[in-house]
Amino acid sequence: MKILAAIKQVPARDSQLRVNDSGTWIEEPDTSEINEPDAYALEEALQLREKAGGEVVALCAGPESASQTIREALAKGADRAIHIEDDDLGRFDSLGIARILAAAAATEQPDLILTGLQSDDLGFGQTGVILAELLGMAHATIIMKVEPRGTGIRVKRELEDGWFQNTDLPLPAVLTIQSGINKLRYATLMGIKKAKLKEVRKLTASGLGVAVEPSVRLERVFMPQRTKQTRMIEGSVRDQAAALVEALRHEVRVL
Amino acid sequence: MSTLVILEQIYGGWHRMSWEALAAAQQMDGPVWAAVAGGANVNTLAADLAGKRLDRAWAVSHQLLTAYTADGYTAALAELIRREQPDLVLLPHTYQVRDFAPKLAARLGRTLVSDVVRIRRDDQGLVFTRQLFQGKLNADYRAVGPGPHFASIQAGACRADQVQAGTAAVEAFTPELDASMIRAAPQDPFREAQRAVDLTAAELIVSVGRGIKEQENIALVQDLAEALGAEFAASRPICDAGWLPMERQVGSSGQTVSPKVYFAVGISGAIQHLVGMKGSKCVVAINKDPNAPIFEIADYGVAADLFEFVPELTEQIRKLRG
Ligand SMILES: Cc1cc2nc3c(=O)[nH]c(=O)nc-3n(C[C@H](O)[C@H](O)[C@H](O)COP(=O)(O)OP(=O)(O)OC[C@H]3O[C@@H](n4cnc5c(N)ncnc54)[C@H](O)[C@@H]3O)c2cc1C
Ligand SMILES: Nc1ncnc2c1ncn2[C@@H]1O[C@H](COP(=O)(O)O)[C@@H](O)[C@H]1O
Repeated sequence: MKILAAIKQVPARDSQLRVNDSGTWIEEPDTSEINEPDAYALEEALQLREKAGGEVVALCAGPESASQTIREALAKGADRAIHIEDDDLGRFDSLGIARILAAAAATEQPDLILTGLQSDDLGFGQTGVILAELLGMAHATIIMKVEPRGTGIRVKRELEDGWFQNTDLPLPAVLTIQSGINKLRYATLMGIKKAKLKEVRKLTASGLGVAVEPSVRLERVFMPQRTKQTRMIEGSVRDQAAALVEALRHEVRVL
Repeated sequence: MSTLVILEQIYGGWHRMSWEALAAAQQMDGPVWAAVAGGANVNTLAADLAGKRLDRAWAVSHQLLTAYTADGYTAALAELIRREQPDLVLLPHTYQVRDFAPKLAARLGRTLVSDVVRIRRDDQGLVFTRQLFQGKLNADYRAVGPGPHFASIQAGACRADQVQAGTAAVEAFTPELDASMIRAAPQDPFREAQRAVDLTAAELIVSVGRGIKEQENIALVQDLAEALGAEFAASRPICDAGWLPMERQVGSSGQTVSPKVYFAVGISGAIQHLVGMKGSKCVVAINKDPNAPIFEIADYGVAADLFEFVPELTEQIRKLRG
């Protein structure tokens, strides 16, 4: 089975985010990492390859600096990678990003494409679903289990409020993977060494023939406003605790 | 400007977020239209729409829509939208909408603006506000080019009790579907083994998030729960890591709780967590990042390192209780 794993590099989770001067995006973060659900998607791809054979290709659109995340994916065991290098993906909307990824994926004819269910930065939760539409593939979202079954696959979808659903899909298909589906592996020293020799194919949006024609445009980024009157308790840790205990006793009356 | 809201039926009833999306649609000026898709039962359900302020309403019904599939819903709704040409299409941001709406918009060559918290219109057109970075920042997205524009509305962004009553005639719409269009074969939804822990009745809940860093540290927060006589719960990453069982997870894929007091310890406040605990009478947030989104909905906020603050709080509570 040939599997593409879409991985995106995002600012590290604990980064201090600062809106840039023009209010159009954030300042370059100090550290970046793989988007969390994408780590699970890559792991699932590697486990499927271990079970059913085949190849895992990591697919990433992002700036030069995303090579870091691509190398980590190769070190964990992806066979090779495609890097659509672009410093300003923000000029595309979610359909535009999906068009770029779809154009690159089309050259590979994969049996399965795994994406994360949502990116930590933009949080569209859409890219995998649009990819499926553009490539004419079946899809399923928020996946907690993947089992090859005959010529297709059976997946377990997470629904709301603790419900699940099994669904059978023909291949080729796109799945959006939920965090927690598997246990992530660490890269081994051997893996890190081998990664250096693996192929990373570089492509560009314009080379893939994808034009910029958004139907929505990010106009302004800003800090959210508090909707509730939050009482921030200040002082030393001891004073803060004492003040909170007071409030819990006399205002909330639960102590 | 016409707005079409696509309502969701689930397990034969209405998804509660459908009404929030309808309220959002009714706040737009211009005609408001509604559609709901499903099998034969949808006609009975759609009768409920007759009492709402709607200019037009459709029961989109077909035997092939009896079980939800992205293929079926996309084809059926694309046909309705092509025929009626609304300027704006609104949907509730549910798991089902996540599954088909991006596909529906893409089929019509458009982009869905997902998980929107606010919509406004200025002289240049529509502006959608949505969150970035799991609620740490907000962003305005401007619709460009011709409609229809698509947006899904975040849980809780609008109030279902603000839906305006009125009258509507519900029309039948029978899409042209063929069994060969539908590739997925979904089975009946199920729940995992019965939940041993019921957090929904708890008066006090102490909930721990990824700020706890290591499994060994969990005991620190558990001590606080014990001192308070509170139930112990967690955000998703804690359960994903296997540090606590899934049945203690609060949020859109876990339990929905409404205790007297909810202590969020080292939890950032992503919407999928908030929807599970926003109904709490009082929220106490403990987080070292003073800008963490959890403080936007907290009643009491403590911006501190939990490793220093929590043991101190536990000790003071123990002293008080003797
Ligand atoms: C479809 C879907 C369904 C989901 N369902 C759920 C769900 O049911 N429940 C759920 O919880 N999530 C759910 N999520 C995940 C959700 O989006 C968030 O990723 C998750 O809630 C984040 O958990 P967290 O706040 O514990 O972790 P993080 O977001 O990593 O936050 C950790 C917080 O700890 C703080 N911190 C770090 N160190 C310290 C310290 N020393 N002292 C004090 N504070 C500290 C940080 O400032 C940060 O705010 C879902 C996501 C999706 C896409
Ligand atoms: N620039 C990108 N490069 C590679 N994969 C991406 C990119 N953007 C989005 N994806 C994939 O699509 C998923 C959903 O992203 P989003 O639709 O932005 O929430 C992510 O988890 C990734 O797997």
